[in-house]
Amino acid sequence: MASKVIQAFYTDDDVLMDAVKKVRKEHHHIEEVFTPFPVHGLDKAMGLPHTRLAITAFMYGCLGLTVAITMMNFIMIEDWPQNIGGKPSFSFIENMPSFVPVMFELTVFFSAHLMVITFYMRSRIWPFKEAENPDVRTTDDHFLMEVSATSENVDELIGMLAETGATEIKVKDKQGDNH
Amino acid sequence: MYTLPNKLKLFSLILVVVGLIGLIAGFATTPSSIEEVKEQLAAHDAHGGGHGNAHEVKNSHAESAGHGEGHETKSHGEEAGHGDAHGGDAHYEHVLHQLQNKPWASLYIAAFFFFMISLGVLAFYAIQIAAQAGWSPVLFRVMEAITAYLVPGGIIMFVILALSGFHVNHLFVWADPEVVAHDKLIQGKSGWLNSWGFIIRAALFLAGWMLYRHFAVKFSRKQDEDATGNKWYKKSFKISAAFLVFFIYTESMMSWDWIMSFDPHWFSTLFGWYVFAGLFVSGITTIAMITIFLKSRGYLEFVNNSHIHDLAKFMFGISIFWTYLWFSQFLLIWFSNIPEEVTYYITRIDDYKLPFFGMVAMNFIFPLLVLMNSDFKRVNWFVVMAGVIILSGHYLDVYNMVMPATVGASWFIGLSEISAVLLFLGVFLYVVFSALTKAPLLAKGNPFIEESKHFHY
Repeated sequence: MASKVIQAFYTDDDVLMDAVKKVRKEHHHIEEVFTPFPVHGLDKAMGLPHTRLAITAFMYGCLGLTVAITMMNFIMIEDWPQNIGGKPSFSFIENMPSFVPVMFELTVFFSAHLMVITFYMRSRIWPFKEAENPDVRTTDDHFLMEVSATSENVDELIGMLAETGATEIKVKDKQGDNH
Repeated sequence: MYTLPNKLKLFSLILVVVGLIGLIAGFATTPSSIEEVKEQLAAHDAHGGGHGNAHEVKNSHAESAGHGEGHETKSHGEEAGHGDAHGGDAHYEHVLHQLQNKPWASLYIAAFFFFMISLGVLAFYAIQIAAQAGWSPVLFRVMEAITAYLVPGGIIMFVILALSGFHVNHLFVWADPEVVAHDKLIQGKSGWLNSWGFIIRAALFLAGWMLYRHFAVKFSRKQDEDATGNKWYKKSFKISAAFLVFFIYTESMMSWDWIMSFDPHWFSTLFGWYVFAGLFVSGITTIAMITIFLKSRGYLEFVNNSHIHDLAKFMFGISIFWTYLWFSQFLLIWFSNIPEEVTYYITRIDDYKLPFFGMVAMNFIFPLLVLMNSDFKRVNWFVVMAGVIILSGHYLDVYNMVMPATVGASWFIGLSEISAVLLFLGVFLYVVFSALTKAPLLAKGNPFIEESKHFHY
């Protein structure tokens, strides 16, 4: 079954927000919204779930801390506990203050970098990735909402979207699912 | 308008009375002669068993250092082994001085702790005005009320400082002419550390802070009456900016005078910042707790949980800032291990292990884990719980700064410490909540008030 998407163009983010709210209220499925900049509150209006990126960052931080502690405990205390300038290397806790700068930095390093990589992977972004722009104007000054439609309700949907203040409406065959 | 509930009035009165009785009892039970110290220690040993003995052994090492007036904390290693040679009454005399200092030191710590809360709120308030913050004007009346404690609290501080500066008690060693006569190091510092200079500086600092507080509150009330042209608002903006400059200099000097001079042989460059971070985070925590209390009573309907969220973020961030300074001070001194600096931490780690490291856990690990989650920062009881721990932690912080130099190893959190806290808590609550009744709880003339009312994060 060839399903279709309707692309509605807007030139104002406030109009877009109202349109998103209306489409959701009428129980139509919004496939995607393309905007040139972050529209505050759009995720809430679309009903998107919260990101869990912060939770992963916390876990990566814990991992970094563990790596730092294990590494320095092995190197400085277990493997070769030599006397360097009179610092006590008899146990980890005794020499802990001098390890703290490294512990801190590795926590931040792991947390930040692994979180960014997670973000890239989850959002499928990489250097030679083909751009998924449905229309080039969405990177400049146009907002675009894609609503999924079956062939029966296309006319009804177009009428509704026209009422929301769309400046342009296109009907397209749905591309292969790239999400 | 807020009306002071009778229950609260009664509650603070009870706190004051109980605290006062306890404190007087604390002063009355201090030994007045060496014989009494011997009796007390004997009784303590009989009851205390191993714990008591451990103390004794430590004392006899530390205090036989020979300089008689052993207010200054000495490194234990120094004279270890010679204890018996000096021994005898010199040791008991030293313990006597420590025990006599104990109620005074408890009084000082509690007085300073509550004073620093209102001072921290004053600095926060000035920053909010000078930064033209859009979120906080709905909280201005709460902040103004908390800073009302600055006046009575400052006067109490001044009296205690004057008494100590003129050697009515033995809190500050440098105030004792006999000690100074035998101490080259303090003699070298007497250009700064002398009774009159100490008192005059304290008067200047307090006068400056109170003056700013007076005019800031006055302008804020005037702005309510007449908001045309924001004339009063602009004035308060100007004095806030000027105050912040004055504050950071005087706060730094205040920390040398009022806290660092307990250990006149010791010095640290970032001490002023460290004390500032402590008072700042205590102040912000108090704002959050009083706001939540008033909101739960239905007085602040214009405060939403985004405001609480912002305050909790400040509590979280400044707690970590405090830890950063605490650790920077500790790491640098521990790492280089220069004898003249490191005694400060040696006495604390030897004699105050639990309060010293326990306070770091309370002021760092606890807020770090509890207030990290964005959702938790909006849950009132989470913020209050974190607030109670942070405030107790910063009480302990002041305790750790003052006690080791004044009572040394004879510390104990007992009758006089708890009573002093109750006494000042009672005064603080009464002053703050009666100040809340003096003006409407919404600063309606503030040009940012609409933005602040609709603030959401």
